[in-house]
Amino acid sequence: MYEIIGIWVGAFFTLAIYSFLYKENPVYRLAEHLVVGISLGYTMAITYDVVLKPRLIEPLLAGGSWILLIPALLGLLYITRFISSIAWLSRYPIAFVLGTGMGVGFPLTMKSNVLRQLEAAMIPFYQEGMPWHMVLGNVVLVLGTLAALIYFFFSKPHKGFFFGTGSRIGIWIIMLGFGATFGFTVMGRISLLIGRIQYLLGDWLHLIE
Amino acid sequence: MRKDWIGIPALGILLLLASFAAAQDAVEEMTQDADPRPGEMMEDTAGVEGTQLQPAVEGVPEEPGPALDVPGAITVEDKDNDAGDQLVVCFEPPADTSGVFAYNVYRRKAGETGEVSWNLVKIIPVLGPTLFIDGYDPEYPIEPGTRYEYRVASVSLEGEEYFGEPQVAQAVPAGELYHTGKTKVLIAGGLFIFLIFYYFGKAQRGRQMYLRPIAGIEAIDEAIGRATEMGKPVLYVPGLSTISDVATIASLTILGRVAKKVAQYQTPLMVPNRDPIVYTVADEAVKQAYLEAGRPDAFDPDSVFFLTDSQFAFVAGVNGIMMREKPATNFYLGMFWAESLLLAETGSLTGAIQIAGTDAVTQLPFFITTCDYTLIGEELYAASAYLGREPKQIGAVKGQDACKGIIMAFITIAFVLSILDMVADTETLEWVRRIVTVPIVD
Repeated sequence: MYEIIGIWVGAFFTLAIYSFLYKENPVYRLAEHLVVGISLGYTMAITYDVVLKPRLIEPLLAGGSWILLIPALLGLLYITRFISSIAWLSRYPIAFVLGTGMGVGFPLTMKSNVLRQLEAAMIPFYQEGMPWHMVLGNVVLVLGTLAALIYFFFSKPHKGFFFGTGSRIGIWIIMLGFGATFGFTVMGRISLLIGRIQYLLGDWLHLIE
Repeated sequence: MRKDWIGIPALGILLLLASFAAAQDAVEEMTQDADPRPGEMMEDTAGVEGTQLQPAVEGVPEEPGPALDVPGAITVEDKDNDAGDQLVVCFEPPADTSGVFAYNVYRRKAGETGEVSWNLVKIIPVLGPTLFIDGYDPEYPIEPGTRYEYRVASVSLEGEEYFGEPQVAQAVPAGELYHTGKTKVLIAGGLFIFLIFYYFGKAQRGRQMYLRPIAGIEAIDEAIGRATEMGKPVLYVPGLSTISDVATIASLTILGRVAKKVAQYQTPLMVPNRDPIVYTVADEAVKQAYLEAGRPDAFDPDSVFFLTDSQFAFVAGVNGIMMREKPATNFYLGMFWAESLLLAETGSLTGAIQIAGTDAVTQLPFFITTCDYTLIGEELYAASAYLGREPKQIGAVKGQDACKGIIMAFITIAFVLSILDMVADTETLEWVRRIVTVPIVD
């Protein structure tokens, strides 16, 4: 019984959201407000159940984990935003989160986005027995990377052979890459649409198996 | 007017179809209940009440399978370059693995007694590696300086465990102050920071530095001006990621600049947020911008608001806002995922001028096709320097360019050495590659 109700509710809200394709209307507005409100309420419950309770309240009640009072206090400082005279205190947790985020993120970014990428671009473009199309692919990879990097030079005018032609080739390479990504992602989206149509015609209307 | 009502009968027909289908299902279900066919009855009851159909099987204890060979010696070593919260565990697999499905590895503190003190920390398939790093499971963390005891069981297909001898770990977990595997990252980071500060200092000393024009950034003023002229609000979405994302930080810096302009022009601003911490920072940034513009009184506390942290609920909310409020200018700057096209397409339908910017490679194509201007990758990071024109930030952009120059030099050298290796049959490229190679796993 509950399953049937769930399917009906799901189908109704799917259609309600799809009605936006026609125009913004009260049915869409109902679905929009419900999904925003329910998702927020759900997140609050989940946060309490998955974060606050097992990682703060229970260890504190069990005793011994007094160090947890520091993050708890930092978290509580956010609430000072509601009292204008001490609202400045909320900047401390913000500063802490920003600083930690940047500090932790820097070596990770340096490793994965710079060094690993650099290593991947430093390839032998020809090896014994390699087919010609792979050699061509490797040459395009190396020269394309260099051209794309030239495009992202901001402190030089994009004029002349090196910066002018290089950046033009670079933007072409970037756009070709985007075209491939676009096609690939659209295929993924189409499969999502197919999934929804299968839900409506199969689970809901039973018109297809 | 008539066209507006097309959707209602269409929705009605669909609902009617659904009602008909549900009613048909209910009738079929009732018919089946009243006149069951023997074959179907067997099939259904087998699934629901299978235990009643097989009384002979129930209650008869299963014969235990033949005893399995058990794993042998366990060796435990402290893992290098960690915080003392990992151990490298290795065990000898049984000589005869027939009938073994997997191995269960248990751990407890040395000296603890009782069966309940053992914690299952790893399940390894029979063909899996018998060496693993223990300490990743947050449920059972390893405490530095604590000696542990391990035992490994061969597990049969039926789930029966045959335990080998418990072994007190030969090593105690200890942390290291310096991660030797990250030396190259440290050097690269230090070099990049040095270059940025070098140009930063030069800019501070008054050295004029050139920045090439970027269309998307130059259009920001124009876009805010358009909203002011039309008397409509400006919508600014600072991405959907958290505060630790570089794109979010860049977006919040740009938000400050945009908010300052908006405050000067007295144009309404709307900043919906998905992340609660990003919301608080965005709120601070906008408030500060109004203060800097000399219009703190004009700041509307409701202009920056938290919507929800659910990705598609957030999109539904922002799309609804766009359709109802009809902002004249939309900014999508920051980190975006699958919602990028949904947001930008709706904004396009409302006729707003749209400026997007992200470093998400998979989402950039969607912004490029639907927005008037798009900041690609690093252009987003540089945008703040462009808008502020402060010597420090321009110096930082120059420093980043120098870093790119070094990267390009490495790639070019590698390319030349690759040709040299091909012609002279040497291995010089591998030597240069080793300079930048970092381990995939720390």
